[in-house]
Amino acid sequence: MTLTDETVPRERPTEIKAVPVRHYGRWVAAALILYVAVWAAYSVANNERFGWDTINAWFWDGSILDGIVMTLELTVIAMLMGVFGGILLAVMRLSPNPLISGVAWLYVWVFRGTPVLVQIILWFYVKALIPTFSLGIPFGPTFVHFNANDLITAFVAGCLGLGLNEAAYMSEIVRAGILSVDPGQGEAATALGMSRAKIMRRVVLPQAMRVIIPPTGNETISMLKTSSLVSVIAVPDLLYSVQIIYNRTYQTIPMLLLASIWYLVMTSVLTVGQFYLERYFGRGTAQRQTMLERFVANLRIRGGRSA
Amino acid sequence: MASDDRPPLLKADEEDTVSGNAPETGGPEFMVRAEGVHKSFGRLEVLKGIDLEVRPGEVMCVIGPSGSGKSTFLRCINHLEKINGGRLWVNGSLVGYRQRGDRLYEMREREVAEQRRDIGMVFQRFNLFPHMTALGNVMEAPVQVKGLPKAQVRERAIALLERVGLGDKMDAYPAQLSGGQQQRVAIARALAMEPALMLFDEPTSALDPELVGEVLEVMKQLAVDGMTMIVVTHEIGFAREVGDSLVFMDGGVVVEHGRPRDVIENPQHPRTQDFLSKVL
Repeated sequence: MTLTDETVPRERPTEIKAVPVRHYGRWVAAALILYVAVWAAYSVANNERFGWDTINAWFWDGSILDGIVMTLELTVIAMLMGVFGGILLAVMRLSPNPLISGVAWLYVWVFRGTPVLVQIILWFYVKALIPTFSLGIPFGPTFVHFNANDLITAFVAGCLGLGLNEAAYMSEIVRAGILSVDPGQGEAATALGMSRAKIMRRVVLPQAMRVIIPPTGNETISMLKTSSLVSVIAVPDLLYSVQIIYNRTYQTIPMLLLASIWYLVMTSVLTVGQFYLERYFGRGTAQRQTMLERFVANLRIRGGRSA
Repeated sequence: MASDDRPPLLKADEEDTVSGNAPETGGPEFMVRAEGVHKSFGRLEVLKGIDLEVRPGEVMCVIGPSGSGKSTFLRCINHLEKINGGRLWVNGSLVGYRQRGDRLYEMREREVAEQRRDIGMVFQRFNLFPHMTALGNVMEAPVQVKGLPKAQVRERAIALLERVGLGDKMDAYPAQLSGGQQQRVAIARALAMEPALMLFDEPTSALDPELVGEVLEVMKQLAVDGMTMIVVTHEIGFAREVGDSLVFMDGGVVVEHGRPRDVIENPQHPRTQDFLSKVL
């Protein structure tokens, strides 16, 4: 048996100084990609048919900006309906009561099984199906009376179509998240005397969030684009706004490119937001770094080595 | 099958702390009383009639091979598992049921949850809430279940964490703690509800050998302070030193039950002898 005498301070080993492996392949690939990229950018920028002048002229137009606001409104409302509806449906689906879980199953079956475009149009024409409806006790007195024509505007129909459809998809995402949480967590909370609702809210859902957030970000980005479907019922979103313009000016391609650029800008912002959201809900586990942070950390290591 | 020796009531030098533990009403004679407890999972009969009594302040250790039903029995005590037959009382009241005449009425979920408040449980895999700090874990139940004011709970939680030797780890998340530290937080979390009874389900089985000692030390201190404890364990040394009684279970029945020293050094049943010869 050997013993190390810890009282004698050991000399720090000198750091290895070696020539790092040269990745010639990477340099060749980088040069090649750069060449192709420059060529592509040059040819697109100089192709008159893309209509860069038109895009530039309309880019900050008031009707476009209004359309962007409408698209964002639709996305936020539909996603809120989707997330809260999805949580409700997922909890219902996992209920021990077979009737409640059956209703949730039926909802998902119908709303996930039919095209969202059809649902939006149906909500728009719901007044044809149910011209008036009332709030009250079935077969009993009524309290409030609505005219479907006044209540279901194109905007409301769009929100209903997108939101109720999204709830069906979100419920499956939430359900997967809930099931991913270690059953021991629920048991520990149960043993502490917590009620089922409290366990869900305080213990299970916060942990399920880590699994739920990434696909939800994905769904939000998807919703931002799917919301353009409401243009068929004349809700003035981003796509409908450019359609109005190109129907008048016949500059179809430039205006669609303009809309695409704006959609890309918005989804990029959402992607960054998603990263920080994921990091927040991942607390208590490994921390993730932004690309910038990783870059800076890398520079530091290299800098430290050469110093 | 079970030996007729009843466990000693109390260790003489603990009499004072233990009497403080009993309810003012004079309290029930037994903290836990099981009478012919049966439990089946489908067609698999896991508990085949368990008769046991645990007195207030008693530390009962339960040993036995895996699959003998010892963990299941523990989980029945706080109604994490529903029993199929027999009767189970904790602190004088039936677990999970109310009796009127000869009829049993199933309790509502809320009522069962209320019963569980008085029973602390510590798990093999700790089951700390990973999204809360150590302090958050300990504070969670008193704030959420008992509705106590946060400031008051905080003070008690800090004291509890200091008591288990983790005063400097309040703000650490479970992932930043060693297994032994996590288990000590889990014990503090259970104690925060001021339970009358603590259940330990193989609390040291998932730990590195080096870390077992620190958890057992906390449990030993708890026993000295007069807590009623049922400990399912493989730590024969702990059972001998700290336990007031020792139960050997196998095949869903209590094979032997008595003073730890008697059972360990002089087992009567061949099955006990066989088991002990392998683990000692």
